[in-house]
Amino acid sequence: MTIAAEPPRRAFRPSQLINDSRYRGLTIQVVALLLLAGLIAYLGHNLVVNLRALGKDFDFGFLGNRAGYDIGQTLISYTNNDTHARAALVGMLNTLLVAALGCVTATVIGVLAGVLRLSKNWLIGRLMTVYVELFRNVPLLLWIVLVHAVLSNATPIPAEFRGEGATASMVFGVIAFTAQGTFIPWPVWGEGAELLTVVLLLSILAALVWRSYARRRQMATGRPLPVLWVALAILVLPTVLAFLLLGRPVTFDVPTMRETGIARFNGGVNILNSLVALWFALALYTGAFIAEIVRGGILAVSRGQSEAAFALGLRPGRTMRLVILPQALRVIVPPLISQYLNLTKNTSLAVAVGYADLRATLGGVTMNQTGRELESILLLGLFYLVVSLVISGAMNVYNRRIALKER
Amino acid sequence: MTDAALAPPPPVSGEVAVQITGMNKWYGQFHVLRDIDLTVTKGERIVICGPSGSGKSTLIRCINRLEEHQSGQIVVDGTELTSNLKNVDKVRSEVGMVFQHFNLFPHLTVLENCTLAPIWVRKVPKREAEETAMHFLHKVRIPEQAHKYPGQLSGGQQQRVAIARSLCMRPKIMLFDEPTSALDPEMIKEVLDTMIELARDGMTMLCVTHEMGFAQAVANRVIFMDQGQIVEQNTPREFFNNPRSERSKLFLSQILGH
Repeated sequence: MTIAAEPPRRAFRPSQLINDSRYRGLTIQVVALLLLAGLIAYLGHNLVVNLRALGKDFDFGFLGNRAGYDIGQTLISYTNNDTHARAALVGMLNTLLVAALGCVTATVIGVLAGVLRLSKNWLIGRLMTVYVELFRNVPLLLWIVLVHAVLSNATPIPAEFRGEGATASMVFGVIAFTAQGTFIPWPVWGEGAELLTVVLLLSILAALVWRSYARRRQMATGRPLPVLWVALAILVLPTVLAFLLLGRPVTFDVPTMRETGIARFNGGVNILNSLVALWFALALYTGAFIAEIVRGGILAVSRGQSEAAFALGLRPGRTMRLVILPQALRVIVPPLISQYLNLTKNTSLAVAVGYADLRATLGGVTMNQTGRELESILLLGLFYLVVSLVISGAMNVYNRRIALKER
Repeated sequence: MTDAALAPPPPVSGEVAVQITGMNKWYGQFHVLRDIDLTVTKGERIVICGPSGSGKSTLIRCINRLEEHQSGQIVVDGTELTSNLKNVDKVRSEVGMVFQHFNLFPHLTVLENCTLAPIWVRKVPKREAEETAMHFLHKVRIPEQAHKYPGQLSGGQQQRVAIARSLCMRPKIMLFDEPTSALDPEMIKEVLDTMIELARDGMTMLCVTHEMGFAQAVANRVIFMDQGQIVEQNTPREFFNNPRSERSKLFLSQILGH
C-alpha cells in the first residue's frame, strides 16, 4: 500500500495576498479594520482637543444635581427637588409607557385591518384600504399634531363643566374629556384589598387551568368544551363576590369639579392629551404598516393550503386559525419586529406635543440647563439602543420557536 | 356507429355515488364546463383524461365545491351541492381529495397532518385519531415517517401522506387531481401502487391523470374531455384500442406516440 505524495508546496509569495482567493479576503479585512481604527482614533482625539479648548470635561456627575424643573406626567413620585437622574428615569418610564401602549394597540389595529382588508365584503375591504393608504402615506408628525389639536380644541375647557348652565358633562358621570386632558377615576386600595387581589389572581389561574383541562378533555373524548364563556365566568364571578363580601375594599376616587375658585377637577387621575395624542397617532400610523405586513403574510400562504383544509371539511374560521395563521406568522414576525422598533424610536416625536419622554427630560431640559450635550446625547442613544435590542432579541426568540422545520 | 357507442358501459352496482346533470360553469365570460352529465356508481374507478385546459380538474373540483357551478345539479351521496353551507360541509367530510402539489400542512408533522381533520371535524378523540392515522400510514407504507415534517420527505412520500390524510376521514369517494404530475418518474410508481391498492379495496375513485397504465390496470371507465365537454366515455380497453371521436384519436396519438 502506498500513500499518495502530497502535492508540491510552493513557497508563499507576497503577491498572493492580492491575487490568491485564499488570502485576498483576509487582506481586505485587515486593511478595512486598520482604516476604521484610524478613523475612530482621529475622531476621538479631535473630540478631546475641542472639549479642552472649550474648557469642558467629560463627566456624568451632573446627574446627581438637583433638577429644578417640573414634569407634567409622572409614573413615579417626582418633585423639582429631585436629581437629574430621577428626572431622566421619569422620562424613561414615560417613553416605555407610550411605546408599550402603542405597540399593543398598533398590533390589534394592524391584525384586524390586515385580515379585514382581505375580506370579500366590498365596503369593509375598501374602508381598510382607505385607512391603510391614508395613515401610512402622511408623515407621523402631522398625525401626532393633528390628533393633539383635535383633542385640545374639540373638547371643552373645565369651566364648561361647572354650575347650572354647564355646557359640558362627564361621560357616565365619572370621566371628563377636557382640553387639559382626560380625567378618569382611580382605584383607592382600602382594608382587605390584598385579599381581593389574591382572589383575582387565583381566578386567573383557575381560568387557565380550565382552558388546559378543556383541551385535554377534547383530545381524550373528542368533544370540545366551551372555553371562552366558562373562563369569563371564572374570571369575573369570584372577584365580584369577594368584592361584595369584603365590604367593597376598593373604592374609586372619582374626579369632581370644584365648587368654588378656579374651575378644575379634584381627584381621579388626569391623562394628558399629549400622551393620548402620541399614543393614538403612533398606534394608527404603525397599525397601517402592520396591516400590510399581516395581509402580505396571509397572502404568502399558498391557496392550496386553504383548499386542502376545505377539502378535509374544515370550516373557514378553523382553517384560518389552525392552518393559515400559524404559517403566516413566520412571514409576519420579522418585519413586525422592525415596526415595533420604529414605533419605540418614534416616541421621541413627543417633542411636538410636549409629552415628557426621555428626550424631553434628559435630552431636553436637563441638557439645556447643564450644558452636558455629549453626555446626555450619549445616554439617550444608549437607552434607545438597549430598548431596541431587548425588543428585537425577545421577538427573535419567538420567531425561532415558530420557524418551519425542513430537513 | 351511432351515439350508442359513446354511451357509458353498464355500472358496477346500482347505488349512485355522484350524479351530475346538465351542469355548466363559467369563469367570467369563459365557458369552462358545458352541459356535463355524469353518473358515478359506488365502487366505480373512473379516469378522466383530455388535453390541458379541457376542464378535467375543474370538473372534479366541483364535486367537493372547491369550485362553484352556475347551473345544473350535482348530487353527492344523496346531498345536493348548493350554496347551503351545511350541505357543503357534509359533502366535504365524505369526499377526500388528493392534489397535484400534495398541499400537506408544512407546520405540522405527518401524524398531525393526518389527525387534524378527524379531531376538529369528526370530533374524534386524539388517541383514536392517531391510531387511525397510523393504520393508514401503514397502508401507504410510511409509518416510520409519522413524526417527521412534510419538508423532510420526498415528493412520492409526501403524496402518499396526502392520500393517508384523506383516508383518515374515512371518505366514501376519493378525488385525485393529477396526483403524479409533480413527481419524478421513479416516484410515480410508489404513488400509483398505493392508488391501485385503494382501488382493489373497492373505493369509489375519480382520477384526473395521464397515466394510461394506471387507467388500463384499475379503471372501469375512461372519460375523455375536450373544451369543457365530455366527448367520449368507454371501458379502458375499448377507449385505447378503438377510440370513437377524432379528438380522442388525436389525443391518444399524442400521448402514446412517444
